[in-house]
Parts: sequence; structure tokens; C-alpha cells
Amino acid sequence: MRYRVRHQTVYHYGGNVAHSHQLLHLGPRDLTNQLCHSRSITLNPEPSTQREDIDAFGNFATRLEYDLPHDRLEVLAEAAVEVRPPGDAVATESAAWEEVRDALNYSGEPMTAGHLDACRFRMESSIVPVKQVFSDYAADCFVQGRPLLSGAESLMHKIHRDFSYAPGSTHIRTRVVEAFAARRGVCQDFAHIMLACLRSRGLAARYVSGYLRTMPPPGVDAAWLGADASHAWVSVFSPPFGWIDLDPTNDVRVGTDHIVIAWGRDFGDVSPLRGVIVGGGRHRLSVRVSVLAE
Amino acid sequence: MIDARFETYVSDTLRYDELLDRSGEVRAHWRPLIDALASSGADAVQSGVDLARRLIVENGVTYNVYADPKGRDRPWVLDPLPILLTAAEWREIELGVAQRAQLLDAMLADIYGPQRLLTDGTIPAEVPFGHPNFLWPCHGIKPAGGHWLHVYAVDISRSADGRWWAIADRTQTPSGPGYALENRQIVSRVFPDLVGDFGVRSLGGFFVALRDSLLRHAPDAQTPLAVVLTPGAFNETYFEHAYLARQLGLPLVEGHDLTVRGDTVYLKTLGGLRRVHAILRRLDDDFCDPVELRADSALGVPGLIGVVRAGRVVIGNGLGSGVLESAAWMGFMPAAAERLLGQTLRLPSVATWWCGERLALDYVLANLERLVIKPAYPNQTFRAVFGLDLNAAARVDLARRLRAQPHAYVAQERLAFSQAPVWHSGGGRGGGDGRANGRGDPGFSARALGIRVYAVATPSGYRVMPGGLARIASDAADIVSMQRGGGSKDVWVLAPDRRFTEEGDAASAGPRPVARHDDLPSRLAENLYWLGRYSERCEGKARLLRATLRVRPNAVLWAEVQATCAHFVAPSLFDGAHPLGLCSDLQRLAWCAAQARSRMSAQNWRAIGVLQREFQDAARVRRDARETLDALLLSLVGLAGFALDDMTQDDGWRLMMVGRRLERLQFLAELLSQRLRGGDTPGQSELEWLLDIGDSTITYRTRYLAAPRLGPTMDLLVFDQTNPRGLAFQWQSIEHSLVRVAVSLGGQPDDSLDAAVALVGEMQLSDIEGDSARAVRARQGLAEQLQGLCAASGSLSDRLSLKHFSLIDEGIRTVAA
Repeated sequence: MRYRVRHQTVYHYGGNVAHSHQLLHLGPRDLTNQLCHSRSITLNPEPSTQREDIDAFGNFATRLEYDLPHDRLEVLAEAAVEVRPPGDAVATESAAWEEVRDALNYSGEPMTAGHLDACRFRMESSIVPVKQVFSDYAADCFVQGRPLLSGAESLMHKIHRDFSYAPGSTHIRTRVVEAFAARRGVCQDFAHIMLACLRSRGLAARYVSGYLRTMPPPGVDAAWLGADASHAWVSVFSPPFGWIDLDPTNDVRVGTDHIVIAWGRDFGDVSPLRGVIVGGGRHRLSVRVSVLAE
Repeated sequence: MIDARFETYVSDTLRYDELLDRSGEVRAHWRPLIDALASSGADAVQSGVDLARRLIVENGVTYNVYADPKGRDRPWVLDPLPILLTAAEWREIELGVAQRAQLLDAMLADIYGPQRLLTDGTIPAEVPFGHPNFLWPCHGIKPAGGHWLHVYAVDISRSADGRWWAIADRTQTPSGPGYALENRQIVSRVFPDLVGDFGVRSLGGFFVALRDSLLRHAPDAQTPLAVVLTPGAFNETYFEHAYLARQLGLPLVEGHDLTVRGDTVYLKTLGGLRRVHAILRRLDDDFCDPVELRADSALGVPGLIGVVRAGRVVIGNGLGSGVLESAAWMGFMPAAAERLLGQTLRLPSVATWWCGERLALDYVLANLERLVIKPAYPNQTFRAVFGLDLNAAARVDLARRLRAQPHAYVAQERLAFSQAPVWHSGGGRGGGDGRANGRGDPGFSARALGIRVYAVATPSGYRVMPGGLARIASDAADIVSMQRGGGSKDVWVLAPDRRFTEEGDAASAGPRPVARHDDLPSRLAENLYWLGRYSERCEGKARLLRATLRVRPNAVLWAEVQATCAHFVAPSLFDGAHPLGLCSDLQRLAWCAAQARSRMSAQNWRAIGVLQREFQDAARVRRDARETLDALLLSLVGLAGFALDDMTQDDGWRLMMVGRRLERLQFLAELLSQRLRGGDTPGQSELEWLLDIGDSTITYRTRYLAAPRLGPTMDLLVFDQTNPRGLAFQWQSIEHSLVRVAVSLGGQPDDSLDAAVALVGEMQLSDIEGDSARAVRARQGLAEQLQGLCAASGSLSDRLSLKHFSLIDEGIRTVAA
């Protein structure tokens, strides 16, 4: 499946911003099943400096600095991406969840690069807490000896069933425990809650930021939740298959409808745009995303 | 027993005694000190203790300066009897501490680099990856200068057999070296002869080495600039930040004094942006850059990580070095030392079990009552507990927690710390807890002891400060911490022999100067300017109030001057809430002084502290107003003296003096204008009142030998260029200072005052007396021109702000989408 992605972000500042630094995570990654034929970022106004980097998790990161006064910032990220179906990973054939947990625990023995990589994504992070309540919530999904991927899919079903999708009920800084208690949130919250459950069970799982295919206009099909904005889901480390992406907001295993931009421990590592401004007063933000299949 | 004062000093067979050996004899290296104390008489120690306490208060050594407006800053607690260590004993500690520093530096380089220690199983991944100070954005950084760790501190204590153990490593922003130096300076004054007689090793070389560690890698072509970065005056150890900055001769700056442009970090100075080559930070890891780290912090420097990544600034210690501050590391350090250094760890850590290992967890669960259980990560809410202190239910609960998240807990052997003599003044106050001294007489008692030792990176390896910060428990418990209200002691490391000289003291400072005059941060200059203004504002108001109290019996004048007073100052002297009140202005003065503290001498700072305290005391007991004002004015005049004689006369100082002159000009011009505006001739009492406020009564009397008249009074207060209280003197001084500032920083001196000054200068005083219409007009005309001068002073102030302080940002905000 080939997609053309346009992601436009506009800040309208209430006054002049004298100086600002921005960090962008907007360029889709190249993966086994995802090939990014082109990626570009168009900026208006032009920054005084722009630097392209790969961050500690292997994501594309763009750093901008503006040192001239401006009252508006427009960022347009465009990409042409080809997504191929992932290989078949039969859930019941994945390793038992306790085995994976124990294999990731410190043993004093040498560790493979793959295991070390997984270890980065199983501890508490500034947004995703590791707590008994999350472990308890996931207890019936991870009964003794259950294949990890079966457990993770059953956790995804449970979250999808128990939580209501409610745009506007939370915002970027809503804490995971609050969303968990309220049993509602947006894709970001669903992903964070699922991560909290998996990590509280000692498993490795990462936050994935990306896009969801935009479906044709109303009437044709039920619109996918999370479209027309950037989307978020979870990737869980399930040997022997490696990392398997699950989308708790839509209760699906990720196939060819999702495009991966970046991953990290939580939203904080991969927020599409984050910055610090001097001046500017109150600001208005508008974001538009379109993901069209070619 | 040594003498009666040691009657209450009780040995404890379960602890090592620093002073006494097993047979109860004074250890040989303590003997000279004890003999000196014995010969100095019974009261000598008490008076030494009193002197130390006084010096601490007067020097403003606090652990929490201006933490809140109620003034709950806690004075530093110092017991003047030092801890003595022999040269041989110190040699072992020194080698051990230097090796630990080297090891931890190498561990940081690995954790933020290839992570070999993780892949080969030497250390557990759970510890760094679960630690809030492990900063992913710093992974892959190769620090400029090669070191992650520039300053290192370790808390050491000894067990009953006399061996030293590392209790905690400090790798992020080790606090305390400044306090250690201040302790030494105070103790040297308490026992002036002893430090020299005993061959106590000096601490100075450590600070020279620290500065060198920061600046060594700056490019040769430039005058390198290093700064001390503080979270601000509200931090609990701000005293030390300011002290350290002064000791190192570096500007003390806050996050918003710095700005990142491109790959470079700059200091916003009066002269513009100046490149910063090195930062000694006292700001926590994750607060340093809101773009890539904690977004909710306004204390940091946006974009700083980019500069670090580009290798364009040396940071002591490297961002993210706090990851090694966890007891969880301790059990893995011997293996890491073998792996990274090929060496055996010389200074062992207290026995530690990280519960993330199955066998360790089993051991800990089986031996809870013998262990201290601590959190593995600093952001856990769990507080360290002694297993022994828990009842059965609490122990079950703890065991459940350990099993649920074993990697988040660490257990350590409970060490019986050594004990040392601590003076208590008796009679309840001053630290006696009654345990060892039921009678409450002054004397020595035994307290648990820990020492914080410091090391600094040098080209020839880590150099250890020969001394340190000894900390004593507040009571019998082994919790040695300033935060829990314990005290501190100086540590005397004895030189091996008389011929010993300290390596590289002073001489190795290097040929390059490290600070230039134009390194003055704009924010600091702004605070100096406002310090000048508020000092003078307080003085003006105090003079107004005092003069007014003196005219009180004159009922006619009373009503009028009261109205004038109301224009300038709150009606009640001790009104703390009124925005025009003296209390408010004194608070603002203190705030500006605190912000500019790095530029003040100890005496100057002390004087500001005393002034504040005296006024607060007066307010509390509602002291007589006249008496209070007399005392306050005396103190304020003292401040003016410090301003003239006790400060480096650079551009910051010039702006402070401009602030003073401008305030005085504005205040007096406004006052005179107010009184003349109506056109009436002021009576004799009123002229006396004005002369009193203008502090010109004596001058008038000696010059005119007569009762005051309006013409000569105005001449003295407005036009006389030799009267340092008069308006002419102020505008001339301002002009002079502004020319000097312009010469130094470039550009034209500000001319905002010129036109108004010229108009005032055209006024004639010959017609001003009498009841004629012409005289009334003359008075009103002068009032108008003086009002114009006031307005011009206001615009000058605004333009100075724009010109010199405009680099100061209005505050940063984070945005996200």
C-alpha cells in the first residue's frame, strides 16, 4: 500500500515570538515493512538554523531555531510511504509471557542487542507509571503460561471494551492515572495505559507515534478513530516474532493502515512538535493531517 | 577523662571512637588539640562556639536563604571542634576516593556510550533505564573536555573496626565544597593559632583545580568564560552557589541569563552576548533544557543539549550524570572497576543488595531486621526504613512491595557510624538532647559522624580535597544529614611532616585571566541598579518620616505634611502589606541584594541582613518609631558607605550609583514640587522640615547662620553643586556615570535628563520670596520645572532598562503539538 501524507501544523501567536527552539519528530522511519520514498518538511517562516538528526531511539529529529521576531509558524511535513503487510505472527505461538519477562531481567549474563533494546522500554518513564493497579488490571489477560502475544491482544480487547474514546476529554498533559480512573481518553491515553499495564507486568513495550489511513468521505464507510490527526499505538516485544504493533484505540493488530513516524518510551520522547518560545503571548494551534492511499 | 568538659563524653564499644582509643586514652594525633583546649581554660570552648555561631549569622551562612518571605532560612550549624585525620589514614582515603571518581566517570562514559557494561552483564539495565536522571537525549554525547564528572563527592563513614566505607556517591551537582571552605575560615578564626601549628592541609588548591578543570579546554585565542549556573535565590543551598561563584571568581547566573544561538551558549551581559565556554551547574539534570528534557521547567537554558552535543561547552557535571546517584550501583562497582580499570576497588561501599537479583531478594527478605531498605530511584515516594523499626504487619507489607517491584529496592547493611565529640552549650539550647548530659551543663557529648569528601578532575587524574565536610547526627540516630537538622564540622587533614607543601596552590592558577569586567550579566546589573534605587528609596522615606515626626507639635503644618507623606509612604511605619510602606521597600531591597549577592562583600551582605533583622524586630515589638527610624537610617547610611568603598567600581556599580542618584533626584524634586505647586510661601517650620528631609540642616546653618528662608533653602537643595544631597549634585553625578558607562560599553551617553535640567537651571531664585504675584508665579514655575525633572528621571530609567537590560527575556514557555 502506498500513501501520501500531509501533516500541517500552524501556530498563531498572540504577539511576536522573539526567539524560539523547536524539536520536531515528523519524518516517518524506514522499517522492514515500511519504506519512506520521500520525506520533507517545509517551514514558514524559514528558521535561522535547521539541523537534521537521528535521536537515541533511531527516529528522525529536526531541530529548529528562530532568532527573528515572528507571529506565526507553519510546519508542513510531507511523505510518500510504502507499507507492506507484516509477516504472520500467530499469537498462540509466541513465547510464554513469564519466560520473556524473566529473560529480560538481569541475570549477570551477557545480553543480546535485541534484549538490551527491549530493556529500554520496560521501566517506568516520566509519563507511564509502573504500578500495582495496572498490573492487577492486566492480571486476567496474563494468566500463567499464556503466550505473550495472546495476552497482549486480550489486554488490547479489554482496554478497547472498558474505555470510551472521548476526544477533548484529555489533553497532552493529562496524566495516565487520571485517564485510567476515568476509563476514557484519546489514542494517546489508550496507548499509555496499555504500556503501563504491560510494563507493570515486567514486559517491554514502546509508544509508537504515527498516522492512520484517512478513509473516504462520510457515508461510504465508518470513519476510523484517530484519523485526521496524528495517531498513537503500542508495540510489544514478543519473541520469537520481535516487536508486534497493537492499536488499542481501534482494537486491531497493525497491518497496512498504519504509518510509523517514531517510537519511544512515551509521548514525551516523540511528540511531533515541541518547543520553547520567548514572548508570543497566547497562541492558537491548528493541526491538519491527511493520509491518502494512492 | 580529659577534663570536666568531657565528663559527658561516653564511649560506645559498638562504635569506633574518633577521639579515644580502646583503652579510653586520647589518640595521639588528637593529643595536641586536646592539650591546647585544656590550657585555654574552661570557658574557651564556649566562647569559641559563640564566636562561630555569631560569624555564621553575620556572614549569612544559611542552608536556605530567602526560601520564604517569613524568613525561615536556617543558619548553618557548625561545631567548631574539628575532626582530625592523620596523613597516613588520609592517604588511603584519598586513593580510594580518586579511584571511585575515575570509575564513575568511566561508567558514565559507557552508559551514555557503547553500553558494554550492560551487554556483558556487569551491571543491570534496570538501574540506568529506570532512573529518572538517565537522559536519553544525552546518549551518544562525547563531552567536551573528555570528562562527565568534574566534581565528585562521596559520603564516607567508618565501622567499629575503623575501616572507611562509601555510603553514597554524589555525581550530579555535589553540594558542600563551599560550606567546607566556609567552615575552615570560621574555625580558623575560632582557633587562630592551631591551624598553622598543627600543619593542617589547606583547601585552596581544590578550588583552583576546579576552575582549571572547567576552563582547560577553552580555545586559546579567547579569554575563556565560565559561569556557575544556579536555580536561583530560592534554592536551599543558594548561599553556597553564591559563595562558590565568588571563590572561583566566576559570574553566578540563572538559566535566563544564558541563551543558545546556533551551536553556542552565550551570557547576556551589559556589553551584549558573550560566549560561555564552561558551566558549573547546580541545576538538576532534567531541568537544564526545556526543549529536550523536562518541558515544565522554566529554570533551564533552551537548546543547551544541542551545544553540549556539538562539543561547544564544558558542563560540570555532564548532563545526566545523576544516573549514578543510586545505592543500587554499589554492589556492582567492584566488578565494574575490574572491567573498566582493571583494578580492585580500594574504598569499598557498605554491603549492598539490589533486590532485582533473585538471590539478593531472597537474602533481603530473610534478613530484613538487619538491613536498611532504600529506594533504587530518587523519584520513588518510598522513604528509607530500618527493617528493625518495623512491626510484623509493616514487615509483611514491605516484603510484598519488594516482591512486586524488586528492581526498585536496595538493601544495605546497617553500619554503626563512628562517633566524635560535639560541644553542647547546656541549658537546653544549642543541641543538648539530654541523652548524655542529664544536668544540662555545657560539655562534650558523642555523636555519629559522616564525612563528605570531594574530588575534582585534573589532567593527572582526580585530585581529592584534603579535608571535607564532616556531618554529625542531630541525635543518637545514624541519620547524618543537614536536611534533618544535624550539624557540621571542619575536617583537619594533618600534613605528613613540617616540610610538606600543598601541590599547586595558587601557582597553578594559569596565566589566563578568567573573567572580564564586561562579563557582568544584564540581570545582575539590573538588580544592582534596583538595589541602588531601593536603598535610596528607603532612605528618602525614612528621612521623610523622621522629619515629620519632629514637626508634629506644629498643628497647622502637620495636616499638610501628612498629606505630602501620604503621597510617598504608607501612613503606618510597620505596615507590612502597604505597597508604599517601608516594609515593602525593605523587602524589595533585600530581594535585589539577594539576587546581586555574588557581587557583595561578606560585610556588605551582613549589613543588609542586620538591617532587615533589626527592622523586623522593631516591627514585632512595635518599638518607638523615632528610635526605629534613627537606627534604620544609620544602617542605610552604612549601606551607602559600602556602595562607595566596598564594591568593584565597574559598570554594574556605576548603574547602581545611577540608581541611587536617580532615586534621590526624583524623590527630592517631587517633594519640592509638591510643596511649591500651590504658590504659597512655605513657613519657617516647613523649610526646616524640608532641610531635614534633604539632610541639609547642618550645611544650611553653617553657611547662613540664620533661620531658614526660601531662597537660600532652594539654592542649597536645588542648585548648589557642592551639596551631595542637592539636586544639582545628583544630575551631575548621573551624567558623569553615564558617560563612563558609554565609554566602556560603546554608544552615546543617554541625554534624557538634559532638557529638563536646562529648564530648571534657567529658573531665577531672586524673585521667589514674598507675596507678590510675580513671586507666586516664580514658585509655581519652579514647581513645574521640578515636576518636569521628575518625569525626565522616569524616562531615563525606562531608557536605561531598554538599553542595558533588554536582553532579559520576559520568560519562556513551552509549546507542543
